[in-house]
Amino acid sequence: MLRRLRIGISALLFVLISFFFLDFAEILPNSFHRLAHLQFVPAILSLSIGILLFLIVLTLLFGRVYCSTICPMGILQDIIARISKATGKKKKRYSYSPAKNKLRWGVLGLTVIGFLCGFTFIVGLLDPYSAYGRVVVHIFKPIYMLGNNLLESLFSKFDNYTFYQVDTSVLSISSLLIAVITLAVIFVMAWKHGRAWCNTICPVGTLLGLLSRFSLFKVRIDTAKCNGCGLCATKCKASCINSKEHAIDYSRCVDCFDCLGACKQKALVYNPSLKKQQANVEAPAPSLSDTNSSKRRFLVAGLVTAGAAPKLLSQAQESVARLEGKKAYKKENPITPPGSVSQKHFQQQCTSCHLCVSKCPSHVLKPAFMEYGLAGMMQPTVSFEKGFCNFDCTVCGDVCPNGAILPISVEQKHLTQMGYVVFIKENCIVYTDETSCGACSEHCPTQAVAMVPYKDGLTIPHVNKEICVGCGGCEYVCPARPFRAIYIEGNPVQKEAKPFKENEEHKMEIDDFGF
Amino acid sequence: MDRRDFLKTVAITGAALSIQHSEAMEILTQSINNTNGGNPDLVAVMGGEPEAMFRRAISELGGMKQFVKPGQKVVVKPNIGWDKVPELAGNTNPQLIAEIVKQCFAAGAKEVTVFDHTCDDWQKCYKNSGIEAAAKAAGAKVMPAHLESYYKPVNLPKGQKMKKAKIHEAILNCDVWINVPILKNHGGANLTISMKNHMGIVWDRGFFHQNDLQQCIADICTLEKKAVLNVVDAYRIMKTNGPRGRSASDVVLAKGLFISPDIVAVDTAAAKFFNQVREMPLDTVGHLAKGEALKIGTMNIDTLNVKRIKM
Repeated sequence: MLRRLRIGISALLFVLISFFFLDFAEILPNSFHRLAHLQFVPAILSLSIGILLFLIVLTLLFGRVYCSTICPMGILQDIIARISKATGKKKKRYSYSPAKNKLRWGVLGLTVIGFLCGFTFIVGLLDPYSAYGRVVVHIFKPIYMLGNNLLESLFSKFDNYTFYQVDTSVLSISSLLIAVITLAVIFVMAWKHGRAWCNTICPVGTLLGLLSRFSLFKVRIDTAKCNGCGLCATKCKASCINSKEHAIDYSRCVDCFDCLGACKQKALVYNPSLKKQQANVEAPAPSLSDTNSSKRRFLVAGLVTAGAAPKLLSQAQESVARLEGKKAYKKENPITPPGSVSQKHFQQQCTSCHLCVSKCPSHVLKPAFMEYGLAGMMQPTVSFEKGFCNFDCTVCGDVCPNGAILPISVEQKHLTQMGYVVFIKENCIVYTDETSCGACSEHCPTQAVAMVPYKDGLTIPHVNKEICVGCGGCEYVCPARPFRAIYIEGNPVQKEAKPFKENEEHKMEIDDFGF
Repeated sequence: MDRRDFLKTVAITGAALSIQHSEAMEILTQSINNTNGGNPDLVAVMGGEPEAMFRRAISELGGMKQFVKPGQKVVVKPNIGWDKVPELAGNTNPQLIAEIVKQCFAAGAKEVTVFDHTCDDWQKCYKNSGIEAAAKAAGAKVMPAHLESYYKPVNLPKGQKMKKAKIHEAILNCDVWINVPILKNHGGANLTISMKNHMGIVWDRGFFHQNDLQQCIADICTLEKKAVLNVVDAYRIMKTNGPRGRSASDVVLAKGLFISPDIVAVDTAAAKFFNQVREMPLDTVGHLAKGEALKIGTMNIDTLNVKRIKM
């Protein structure tokens, strides 16, 4: 009964949160972002006291229910373990293993220290929710979108446009690689050892394990009934039942309740009995799993080669352009999403779950590679390669569970300057070719880029940084190559843009055709 | 034999000759206009609501049946470039689009498709312009146009700078298409009307800006499959900060509508109308003269049979 309840709730939450990440067509309303806000690390980082209290009380009452039913990475591991059990030739059996305390406390310590020193990368890498988010965004979502595109091509053959094509290209090679490695490690560990990840690496698991030792409800062994057959231990995904000693390591039990039904003696019960039944078995830290270094080298070498060829070509084009008097530019500061306060705030708070990357309707959020430095790898940055930030859109701040991007109103968004416009006349088509263009001004919502008379009826851009919000419409659309004539420079601390001055309104009566 | 009977006979003859040879029919219908001298070349209407003005204008041109034949696949191409509500005049009026779609079906169209290659996020544009809902309610199909895969290469042998372009497949697959722009100020081209609206059927707009915008606008209008009709929505016009606009103070309620098969003529008329609101010399709207030079229409509207209607 308890087990079924656990499976029911976890399946529901897992399907919903996964689909929320996958859902590019806004089938689920945006309010489903609350599922992400329910997650542990985001709740800590956004200082959501209510949610945090709820999760702590939940753990103190019922144990690591978070791990078994709320954490999507935990549920993913259950699914993998279940498939492994169903497909394996041999009957799958778990067995008790002592706790790897040095390892798990070491990882937790490193994570916390890293975070305090401003190196949020480790929390981002290991937080199960964020890691799961990246697996969905970078691996499952492209597959989902390919399926959609297949359906689209079938339906559009019959002139039905219910489906539309979506862009499935890779968002970021580094984040994709990290997601693939994460999934591979999780897959292998879950396939062979059930919840081993949760009890050796996961910092959230270790932290909640600290609390769950003291939880009210626990799975308890009635020593009067137990005959020490060890059947329960073979069902335990967390490898935390020591049947010889009749002891359960509650710091590792994730409350899956698989053991309860397995016991033929009915010696296992889940109740609030106050009898102390704790076992804590110390064990030496195991060696870290080997990483195949030659494979790694091969990957790196391959990527470098693949990356270098187009780069060389573009370098050649650029040097020719420089000879023609065009100017190269380099952005001084990366752009953080609107509402992220400052680069410092954003980098401290963001664990790179990539929910904003997935939800951004304009596709301007892209996981960073080295834009923020090593510590900020995977954290989203605003890039205008594929689009520009919609003036009226506040989705990234709405969905961010960490408080890294704070929710802002549309009115606040209109005055939030994440960067400002820089115009390079020497690269502008109107200057170089003396033909009309105006693409930048066309896209400018505030007319921070306005077209002013130039010569022979031509107009040329004129910029007003103060009213610019840094949406990047101008940079995205600027047709000048290889160097754009206009771009957005990031604000390390986001500023308030001045509101633009409205035209004077005068009523106009038109009562003739004019020809 | 009255005009209607004559038209019927011509239509049947045309259909009998070959249904695929729609050009043959166009020549025939044109000859009627010339010989009869009945239907005007250009109709300008002002003072009414968008639907009423269009109904009046199209009846002056002999009804939608002049342009859309029974069983045809029709595309209605509005300007849906921006994530703006109708009141901000960034996009073609949705009521006008709905009325045109209805008239196409009334003329026997098999299906009507509506699309535009938007500048802002396409779904937001389709939705907030009100055009998706209005077109669907009138029975049209609304097609996406946000990815390159919807576009197919086409040669433009008469083009000066632009010799080929990737055109949206809806245009390529239809029998006839109707161009329905909105009249707006444009920072680069100075005005955007029917000719400029062609940029929404093309994938690579950057090419236009890179290779003499005004010339490329004229070049794309040499596309062999021309719009059978251009309907310029000047109900609300954007006088400043176009083509996107910032606020309602950029918009003037002008209540105008211009309609003609001659794209240069209809744009010239609309440009002259615009000049009453804000000065915009026609020679700075370079694509008009360049279009005339490519023989896709005439700027000399005084030589045309223009019907002016005030409602």
